[in-house]
Amino acid sequence: MNPDEKTRLVRKLDALYEFDREPVAKDKLQGLGNFIGMYAGEHVAGTEFVIGPLFVVHGVTAPDLFLGLIVGNILAVLSWVFLTAPIALRTRLTLYWQLRRICGPYLTAIYSIVNALMFCFLAGAMIAVSATAVGLPFKMPMPGLNDMLPNSISWIVVVFLVGGTVTSLAILGFEKFSHFSKVCSPWMFLVFVAAGLAVLPKLGCTTFGDFWRVANEKIWTGVPVAGQSKFTFWHVMFFAWFCNMAMHIGMADMSILRYARKWYYGFASAFGMFFGHFVAWICSGILCAAAAGAIAPGPIAYMGVGVAGAVCVVVAGWTTANPTLYRAGLAFQVATPDWKRWKVTLAAGLVTTLAACFPALVMKLLDFVAWYGLILMPMGAIIFADFWLLPRLGLKPNYAELTGTPFSLAAGISWIVTLGVALLLPLEIFFKGLPGWFIAVILYLVLSSIEQNKLKNIKTPAEG
Amino acid sequence: MRKVATVLSLLGLCLTVLPSVFVFYGLLSWNAHARLAFAGMLLWFVFAPLWMHKQTETRSAGTETR
Repeated sequence: MNPDEKTRLVRKLDALYEFDREPVAKDKLQGLGNFIGMYAGEHVAGTEFVIGPLFVVHGVTAPDLFLGLIVGNILAVLSWVFLTAPIALRTRLTLYWQLRRICGPYLTAIYSIVNALMFCFLAGAMIAVSATAVGLPFKMPMPGLNDMLPNSISWIVVVFLVGGTVTSLAILGFEKFSHFSKVCSPWMFLVFVAAGLAVLPKLGCTTFGDFWRVANEKIWTGVPVAGQSKFTFWHVMFFAWFCNMAMHIGMADMSILRYARKWYYGFASAFGMFFGHFVAWICSGILCAAAAGAIAPGPIAYMGVGVAGAVCVVVAGWTTANPTLYRAGLAFQVATPDWKRWKVTLAAGLVTTLAACFPALVMKLLDFVAWYGLILMPMGAIIFADFWLLPRLGLKPNYAELTGTPFSLAAGISWIVTLGVALLLPLEIFFKGLPGWFIAVILYLVLSSIEQNKLKNIKTPAEG
Repeated sequence: MRKVATVLSLLGLCLTVLPSVFVFYGLLSWNAHARLAFAGMLLWFVFAPLWMHKQTETRSAGTETR
C-alpha cells in the first residue's frame, strides 16, 4: 500500500468519527426500533449459553430460578427506565463526558481506563464463546469447567480469528452494528427456543404438562455440581438485576440512550431481559442438563439445533461483543484525547482478543460479571447523586466543570472507599452492589458538602 | 421484491423453530429438524437484510452520523 492509499484509508477511517464528545443533536436521535433491536441483540447473546448452564451447575431449584429471574429482570428494566434514561436524555452526553463534568479530566481518565478494561474482558468472554462454535468443525479441544489457561494452539488461533472480525465490525460504529444485531436477534432467539425444545425429549419430557416435573427432577434439581457453591432465589434475583449493573445503575448506557427521543425508550431493555435473560437462560440450562452438565456453548448448541445452533453461538457472541467493544473504544478515547475512535477501538480489540484466549473468563463468568458491575457502579451512583440530589441540597452539580479542578476529591474518595467497604462487607459478591450504591451516594453527598464549602461565593454560569 | 423477501425470511424463522416442536412431540427426527433449521437460517440471512435494512434506512433517513 503506497503512502497516498494509506492517507486515504486513514481519512476514511477518521470519517467514522461520531459525536462522542458533544451532546447528540436533535436530528441524530433514533427511533424505538433501533433500541429494541440493540437491546434484544445485545442480551440474546453468546454468554446466555454459559449463564444458563452455570445456574444448573450451582444447583438452583426450578421455583427459585423462575421467580428469581422474573423479579430480577423487572428490577433491571426499571433501573434502565428510571435511573439511566432520564439523565441520558437530559444531558445527551456519554457517561464519560458527563463524568468529566463531575469528576474532572484526571479522575475521568482513570475511571475510563478501568471501565474500558472491564468492557474488554466482557467482550473477550463473548469472543471466547463464539470461538467454541467456530472451532467445532476443526475438532478443537473445548475448554472445560476447570480450565483457566489456553488449552491448545488451535484455541488461540480461532480466538484471534473471531476477535479480528468483531473488532472490524465495532470500528464501523453504532449504526452498522445496530443494523447487524437487528437482523440477527429474532433468529437467535428462536434458535435458543428450538434448541431447548428439541432436547427436552432426551430428558423424558414429551408434553408441556411434563415440563415442571422434569424441570425439578432433572434440570434445576437443587443439587450443585461437586466443588460449586449452592445458589438460592436471592442469588438468581440479584444476579439477574445486577449482571448489567454497569450498564443501568452504573450509567454506561447513557452512551446509548442519549440517542433516545423519549425516556420510556428505556423499556426497550425488557426485550433483552425477557428474551435473553429469561427464555434464553432457561433454554441453555435445559441444554446443559441434556448434555449431562457440559457447558461449552458451541457443542451444546450444536446438540440442540445442529449447524444452525453453532452459527447462532458465533453470531450471538458477535452481537454482544460489538457494542461492548464500541463502548470500550469510547472509554479509551477519553483517556487518549488525540486518537480517533477507530484507532482506540482497534487497540481495545487487541486487548480483548488477548483476554479471550483465557477460558477462565468464561468458566468464572458469573463472578466476573458481578465484580465488573460492582467496580463500575459507584460512579453511576455519583452521577445520580450529582444530577438529582446536590441541587436539592443547595449544592452545585458538575463541580469539576464549575471550578476547573482536574480531580474531584469527593468523587474519587467516594469511589475508592465504597469499593473498600463493599469488599469488607461479609456478603457474597452478588449481594454487595445494593448496599454499595447507598454507601456511594451518602459518601458523595457528605464529601461534596465539605468540598463545596470553598465554593460559597462562586456562581454557576446559569446564575450569571 | 420486498414482500417476497419478507415472506421468505419469515419462512426461514418458521423453519428454525417449528420443526423443534415436532421433535418435542416425537413427530420428526432430530436430523431432519437440524437440516430444516439450517435451511431456515440461510433463508433468514439471505432475505431478512433486504427488507430490514430498507426499513431501517427509511426510519433513520437523515440521521446517519457519517
